[in-house]
Amino acid sequence: MKARFLIPLGIFLAMAGLFWFVLNQMNSGEYNPRELPSALIDKPAPVFELPSLHKPDQSIGTPNFIGQVSLFNVWASWCVSCRVEHPFFMELAQRKEIPIYGLNYKDERADALRWLTQLGDPYVASAFDYEGRVGIDWGVYGVPETFVVDKQGKIRMRYPGPVTAEVWQRKFVPLIAQLRSEQG
Amino acid sequence: MMRRLLPGLLMALLLGAAGVGTAAIESFSFDSSEQEARFKTLSGQLRCLVCQNQSIGDSNAELAQDLRREVYEMIKAGQDDEQIVTFLVDRYGDFVLYKPPVTTTTALLWAGPFLLIVIGLVFLIRFIRTRVAATATDEALSDEEQTRLDALLDPSAKEPRP
Repeated sequence: MKARFLIPLGIFLAMAGLFWFVLNQMNSGEYNPRELPSALIDKPAPVFELPSLHKPDQSIGTPNFIGQVSLFNVWASWCVSCRVEHPFFMELAQRKEIPIYGLNYKDERADALRWLTQLGDPYVASAFDYEGRVGIDWGVYGVPETFVVDKQGKIRMRYPGPVTAEVWQRKFVPLIAQLRSEQG
Repeated sequence: MMRRLLPGLLMALLLGAAGVGTAAIESFSFDSSEQEARFKTLSGQLRCLVCQNQSIGDSNAELAQDLRREVYEMIKAGQDDEQIVTFLVDRYGDFVLYKPPVTTTTALLWAGPFLLIVIGLVFLIRFIRTRVAATATDEALSDEEQTRLDALLDPSAKEPRP
């Protein structure tokens, strides 16, 4: 009982240790308190059919995902973080690493097309979601967001925020390898 | 210099205020006041996912505006509150609800306050018990002490000072 006066010190150290740990996790990008788990993981991708950004008379929708592991990237010309991840998507597209489909979210067609002309177009095709309804169906709460869709058209991962080379290696590469080895 | 700047500043302030004012205005027209009341309650219970400490009714974020529109249209289409809430939970998860349902993952959240009360009570009872025990063990004065106390309290008796 002599060491009783050490109890508050012990509690303080435990809390300081916890805070330090959480802050470290936040700084390294491992933990983001604002990040939400997607409600759609392991569920079939929400069915949609939207006009293509480039060819308004053609439609893009859920059937495009079937039979291959693909990315579905929500982007907009007004979104600053999309500019951050864009060069990396260009790189992925050039390496033909994985088909990337785009969801052009709440954007003006002219602005979006100009954005792609200026910076390059890494997408197989982009769907044009002017009203943001398909975004709501996919549970999009911030742009950019990137979904990994498996061969059966199920959502297997959602990554909110810009995809960088580091994030790609850590979070996407292992999952995509695993999904490719699964039966189609 | 100041005189020339001032009108410009005032103008900027006024314009800014006007901009903020108009951003929040949306006009929804309901068929009945009951629908309007439901809309208000629902948009107060649903959390905006962008500014996470505001409800979709309070927030001016674009997503909150879209979700308000969505809720409005579902109410107009005659859906009940449960259907509307399910629609949003299916897409955004339980996080959209300010009042999360009791599940295995939220059990601690719901039971936590009661657990803390119980733990507090246990400590309180133990503390009181030791206190009571400490006072109860005070023994009565011995005969010698009692005579000395009597002597000290008795004003007529004069004890020689040491």
